[in-house]
Amino acid sequence: MPVFDVFLLEAVVNGILLGGLLALLSLGLNLVFGVIDVVWICYAELIMIGMYAVYVLHVQQGWPLVLAMAAGIAAVAALGALMHHFVIRPVLAAEPINQLLVTGGVLFFLQAAATLAFGIEFRNLGVRMPPIAIGEMSFSLPRVIAFVVALAGVAATYLFLTRSYIGTAIRAISQDRQIMPLMGVNPDRVFTVTSALGGALAGLGACLLVLQYDIHPAIGLSFGPITFMICVLGGLGNVLGGLVAAFIFAQFISVGGFFFHIEWGYVIAFAFFIAVMFWRPQGILGGK
Amino acid sequence: MGRALPWIGLAALLALPVTGIGAYPLHLVIMCLLWSYVYTSWSIMGRLGLVSLGHGAFLGIGAYSVVMLWNHFGVSPWIGALVAVVVSAAAALAIGFPCFRFRIVGHYFALVTLALSEVTRLLIVALRDQTGGSLGATPDTVLVQGTTVALGAMQFASKWVWFYAILGCWLAGLWVWHRVDRSMTRLALEAISQEEDAAASIGINVTRSKLFVTVISAVMTSLGGVLYAQYQLYVNPETVSGIGISLQMVFGVIAGGMFVMLGPTVGAVFTLLLAEGLRLALGEHFKQFPALDLAIYGMLLVLFIIYMPKGILGAALEAWQRRRLTPAPARS
Repeated sequence: MPVFDVFLLEAVVNGILLGGLLALLSLGLNLVFGVIDVVWICYAELIMIGMYAVYVLHVQQGWPLVLAMAAGIAAVAALGALMHHFVIRPVLAAEPINQLLVTGGVLFFLQAAATLAFGIEFRNLGVRMPPIAIGEMSFSLPRVIAFVVALAGVAATYLFLTRSYIGTAIRAISQDRQIMPLMGVNPDRVFTVTSALGGALAGLGACLLVLQYDIHPAIGLSFGPITFMICVLGGLGNVLGGLVAAFIFAQFISVGGFFFHIEWGYVIAFAFFIAVMFWRPQGILGGK
Repeated sequence: MGRALPWIGLAALLALPVTGIGAYPLHLVIMCLLWSYVYTSWSIMGRLGLVSLGHGAFLGIGAYSVVMLWNHFGVSPWIGALVAVVVSAAAALAIGFPCFRFRIVGHYFALVTLALSEVTRLLIVALRDQTGGSLGATPDTVLVQGTTVALGAMQFASKWVWFYAILGCWLAGLWVWHRVDRSMTRLALEAISQEEDAAASIGINVTRSKLFVTVISAVMTSLGGVLYAQYQLYVNPETVSGIGISLQMVFGVIAGGMFVMLGPTVGAVFTLLLAEGLRLALGEHFKQFPALDLAIYGMLLVLFIIYMPKGILGAALEAWQRRRLTPAPARS
């Protein structure tokens, strides 16, 4: 049996495609953590809400897909800002772990609210796209689209953070939370913008996921933990570390799933995560 | 009066059989006690600043150890429970030692332990040929007609056996909570959760103190898994492991009150009564509103953490203390 075969290559390429998507998901969470110092444990549930928003607008209301997706992104961005205003802001001065747990309450609420509104049936957009064939390998078109759009999203976020005024303020706050208010930056406004941006990235992730996966109320649980692991692996709040970790993690899932079974891919990835935490608890790119 | 109250409550619980309580209410009482025990186990470490989102792992280890050993090797659940204790203690040490040694605290600790509970859930699902995967597993029953008590198989047809067994475990759990509360380790850990470096500088062995409560908490939780599996005679990876149940434990404790002995118990009772209360209130319509109780629960949790971080019992005790301490206004 050859050591290197075409299906392994296919798994590796699929891993890279998955990595782009995971990089986008981890970016939003990392941004919020880096700036506000809060872990949104309900991050994947925001994505789930975004997926339902696209579904409702496109399938039930008959909006064009692109318009439905734009509205979905806007809706999740608004949800992020609202959540910051009503849930995070009151506990900003409380113990850090309370901030993590309060978003856990939001997790339960969003999941249950989605179950109330849509039931537990699996739903999908019904969009069918032909696979792309390269030689003996074939790749699903939504995955390729997701990869390209995700990287574009990451690049756009980078430009926003480095080129715009408010983006610069966001980076400044993330470096020193105490001193920036003295420099005339309104932290509350920066936090709200960051939360909306984090929400928008979740919404964009939702648009890309909804093309590939069926929607159900518990879908957040299936990729939420992966997103957290990636962020911790890269060093919480470390955006570049998160991107690198996303691609490493995706390879474990994809290639591990190729050699064994898909759950084993996840088991290996999680085990790898725990092992790395003991080797470099500050994350692979974190400084001491 | 204040001192006698717990004993009166306990006497009332012990005398429950004479009330002629129906099978379903009895089941609810048993579930309240079981989750009270599990939540109490979690709070032993949780209240000392070690917020674990990984207790689903220990619950899963307990539940699946007994069921798998019994179904595949015919090992008595009593031995299985011992195995569960050893495995969960080993898992707690394996995750705890590096975490505490390398100062993984706060958010990081919560997320690392969350990974542990997800690994456990995924392992159970991945080993589907042995565990039945997402469909769950049922211990082979020996309760064929005629047999109502199978001591070796830890299967009892009568709910009353389970009532007293789980009541005993819950009381034992409270006793352990109390012992830890009175120990030097608790003082040490409180110092650690305030300022780890300062605590280490006065000679507290940070790693050992943390490991001590972590292993106790993990072992107690895994025994909770054993009880759950043997009482329900059904286990499922979603209900005994993974992120969902892990979060549920944390929130039950927060709702009840993390820093008082009966807080986790109040949290467990509150959670169950909320679901049952809604079921009764909505009656026929309950089925039309799936997860309504969870939606209300999630909303309440957010409100609790913002406005009542000490939980129901914590806030109530505080209000009662305040009333006792302030002298009654003079009547005019």
